Amino acid sequence: MSSNVPVRLSVNGRVHELDVEPRLLLVHLLRDRLGLTGSHVGCDTTSCGACTVHVDGEAVKSCTVLAVQADGTKVTTIEGLAQGDQLHPLQEAFWEDHGLQCGYCTPGMIMAAADLLARNPDPTEEEIRHGLEGNLCRCTGYHNIVRAVSDAAKHPHAGRIPHPGPTPEGAAIGLELAREGLGA
Amino acid sequence: MTAVDSRAQGGFVGRPMKRKEDPRLITGRATYVDDIQPVGTLWMAFVRSPEAHARVTSIDTSAALAREDVVAVFTGDDLEGIAAPLPCAWVPPGVEVNAPEHWPLAKGHVAHVGDPVALVIGVDRYSVVDAAEDVVVEYEPLPVVVDPEEALKDEVLVHPGLGSNKVHEWSLGGGDLDAGFAAADVVIERRIVNHRVAGGAIEPRAVLAEERAGHITIWSSTQVPHFLRLFLSILLGLSEERIRVIAPEVGGGFGSKLQIYGEEILCAWAAQRVGRPVKWVETRSEAMMVTHHGRDQIATVRVGAKRDGTVTAFHAKILADFGAYLMLLTPAVPALGAFVMSGCYRFPAVQTDIVGVLTNKFSTDAIRGAGRPEATHMIEVAMDQLAHELGLDPLDVRRRNFIAADDFPHETALGIVYDSGNYQASLAKLLEHLDVAAFRAEQERLRGEGIHRGLGFSTYTEICGLAPSRVVGPGGFGLQTGLWESALVRVHLTGAVTVYTGTSPHGQGHETGFAQIVADRLGCDPEQVEVVHGDTAAGPQGLGTYGSRSLAVGGEAVAKATAKVVEKGKALVAHKLEASPDDIEVRDGRWIVRGSPEQGMTLAEVAGSAYIPEDIPEGMEPGLEETAFYDPNNFVFPFGAHAAIVDVDAETGKVKVVRYLAVDDCGPAINPLLIDGQVHGGIVHSIGQALYEQVIYDEIGQLVTGTFVDYALPTAAEIPSIETDRTETPSPVNSLGVKGIGEAGTIAASAAVANAVIDALRPLGVDYMDMPFTPMRVWNAIQEGQQ
Ligand code: FES
Ligand code: FES
Repeated sequence: MSSNVPVRLSVNGRVHELDVEPRLLLVHLLRDRLGLTGSHVGCDTTSCGACTVHVDGEAVKSCTVLAVQADGTKVTTIEGLAQGDQLHPLQEAFWEDHGLQCGYCTPGMIMAAADLLARNPDPTEEEIRHGLEGNLCRCTGYHNIVRAVSDAAKHPHAGRIPHPGPTPEGAAIGLELAREGLGA
Repeated sequence: MTAVDSRAQGGFVGRPMKRKEDPRLITGRATYVDDIQPVGTLWMAFVRSPEAHARVTSIDTSAALAREDVVAVFTGDDLEGIAAPLPCAWVPPGVEVNAPEHWPLAKGHVAHVGDPVALVIGVDRYSVVDAAEDVVVEYEPLPVVVDPEEALKDEVLVHPGLGSNKVHEWSLGGGDLDAGFAAADVVIERRIVNHRVAGGAIEPRAVLAEERAGHITIWSSTQVPHFLRLFLSILLGLSEERIRVIAPEVGGGFGSKLQIYGEEILCAWAAQRVGRPVKWVETRSEAMMVTHHGRDQIATVRVGAKRDGTVTAFHAKILADFGAYLMLLTPAVPALGAFVMSGCYRFPAVQTDIVGVLTNKFSTDAIRGAGRPEATHMIEVAMDQLAHELGLDPLDVRRRNFIAADDFPHETALGIVYDSGNYQASLAKLLEHLDVAAFRAEQERLRGEGIHRGLGFSTYTEICGLAPSRVVGPGGFGLQTGLWESALVRVHLTGAVTVYTGTSPHGQGHETGFAQIVADRLGCDPEQVEVVHGDTAAGPQGLGTYGSRSLAVGGEAVAKATAKVVEKGKALVAHKLEASPDDIEVRDGRWIVRGSPEQGMTLAEVAGSAYIPEDIPEGMEPGLEETAFYDPNNFVFPFGAHAAIVDVDAETGKVKVVRYLAVDDCGPAINPLLIDGQVHGGIVHSIGQALYEQVIYDEIGQLVTGTFVDYALPTAAEIPSIETDRTETPSPVNSLGVKGIGEAGTIAASAAVANAVIDALRPLGVDYMDMPFTPMRVWNAIQEGQQ
């Protein structure tokens, strides 16, 4: 058995230093080691997107990234999205539009949608549907998810994911968002 | 639209309220089974058969046991503690059922790929999987049969000891079938295959069990925590009160978690053995293999009709592929479809004959709709085929056969009594949103451009709200249970309310819908009403969530328990305000004396008086909580009219749904937001089956569709927005007037899509084809059609 390797990464603004098995997946580091169980596992073929988080500002499927590959990165999970009691516009919109039922796909869906809106702040329905192609939902038929993403897009900063805490740029974004007010 | 008095009081019922469950779900704070990790938890992994059929000649566990990270390995020989095989709850009276024993670990014989032969307990999520690979099993392969029609020949036996693969024969009919066919001007016959599908809940199954001092707690991703407790008690020989089953957040079910799985029993059993908590989390590859499948029926449908389209007889012969073992409801599934083989029509004679057969595949059981999607598909596809045969408009043929709107309650030829309906109205409303003449003109025009567009309808009714115990119970249909539901409504001292329901939601939104019902009646805000579910230690005996029963049966139980609280509260208020209980009403959040609204109490004041009893009526018990058990006297029958418009690319065979419209009727809405959500999801589930999804085994019983790469759930990119509308015809069965809506979309949609695809393909020479309409199959059909 190979010996553990050290990993240092910032998750939702907190820096963690851990020793991990080289084969440990990022999703299991988040869930089992850090207790961040909002990222879910729904498949073993990178198909469902339930595990989607942001690594250095880009959506990735955390079941397909080794923890060691995330060494030195800034990770944002669903738990890092709201600022205190203030929900992110996407969270607000998913709630308002009934964009979830069992909720299992939801964290990944929201993180994927945030990435989509960061790249395309004003997407058409078609673009939303294609942008979420990597995330499966069995409950909603996608109808209200698409509606939620399109409603959230009306908010000026819906694509922005705060990474508050020790990184200066994260703190700045967090503060800015808080000042703007996030209500969708 | 019908006025409903339950809306009158607080006005929460009927509103599209945002869900109370969502804040935890959208912030990643919800607790699914795999999010729970008691100290010292060990991991369980299975060694599963790679053979579809074999004798197990040896199992060598020594290498696995030698590992430092392994705590225990068990095989089928170690199961003494398990008193009985896994259950099948349908024992139809007077019917011979040829059922194999189904042990949670194979005892020397495996009958499908994935049949578990050993389990390994280890200290860590990853290494326990390595350890399972260190278990060396030798198999002596046996002949395999995967095709149900082949299996029926008994040339290869799935369980050699049983002597035959045929499980049972079961029929349900009414009216004179022979006379009906004799009176027909035309008789059409179609072979309709409804292929095997997977449930596809995005959360795979997960189980965690912990034993402490003879008491055992099991967290399971299940739709039926109380049934699981019962069967754990029976199978482990443990007294029921020492078992607590918790279904925490459950990530979708669709029937696939309406089951008593071997892994659930083994997890509890292993926790007893090793004295530490044991957890098992299914991988998706395992889920595709050993979480039960659905459908898999071959039907021969014969319809007799007059020239004007009046149906005189409808006969469905179904061969149902049960897979290798009968699980909780396996043989009952096709039978459930037989109950509504009349659809929404006045068929004078109807019959369904079912033969069940075993094959070397995994078991089929209830998947969203369970038997009713298959029945509706047969009926609605057959109605279109009949119309075409007669040269009539498919909608005219439907209208000609619809049960009249003033003919409810309506007893069908099968003796089933439809509670309420207005099929003409839902179809008329659908056509308000869809101009068929304009569509036909456009279809013609597009054909000129090489685009093959088709329009298909499905007008359905279904049977749900499971179920009146006297009809479905041991002496009736043969389910070994009652199917009532329970609720407990507890008003706390402060006026806060906790509701315990025996239903077990996994996405449906009971916490919101039930809170709306209670809040209106008690004169409080739904925010103050917490709905607790999925914990056998928390409330009375319950029966879980399936068969679109939660609102029509569970919600009615909640309404009934609340009514008891209201009755007691009124007596209390009347006593306090020196009025008659009959004059007390709950209005705008206050309990007032009718006619003098200045005199009144809030719920908190009523509760305060009930719990601090200085002055309550003579003989009244303190406290303010009530329990109700509700056993419905009939099923409920939601209905509606759906339409699909599809484009078929004749070059590639690719089908795309371009528009989908649905008008559904589930009685007066408690929360329209939740209804729409169920309808959207149900429809897309069924579009998935029609166009993309199929569980495929090859001829030696290997599972070809073992992952989400090979088994294609629809993504957002393939699906259009769904256009929905509703009519509201109350059910007389329950006081809420409601019917279930969780399965209706799935029941209706595949036929609409099929009829649309066939409509598009007719000019290309294709008059009929079966689902799934994958590019390859459609392309092949077009090539054949052109010859
Ligand atoms: S769990 Fe990561 S894509 Fe499915
Ligand atoms: S809400 Fe259940 S899978 Fe999306």
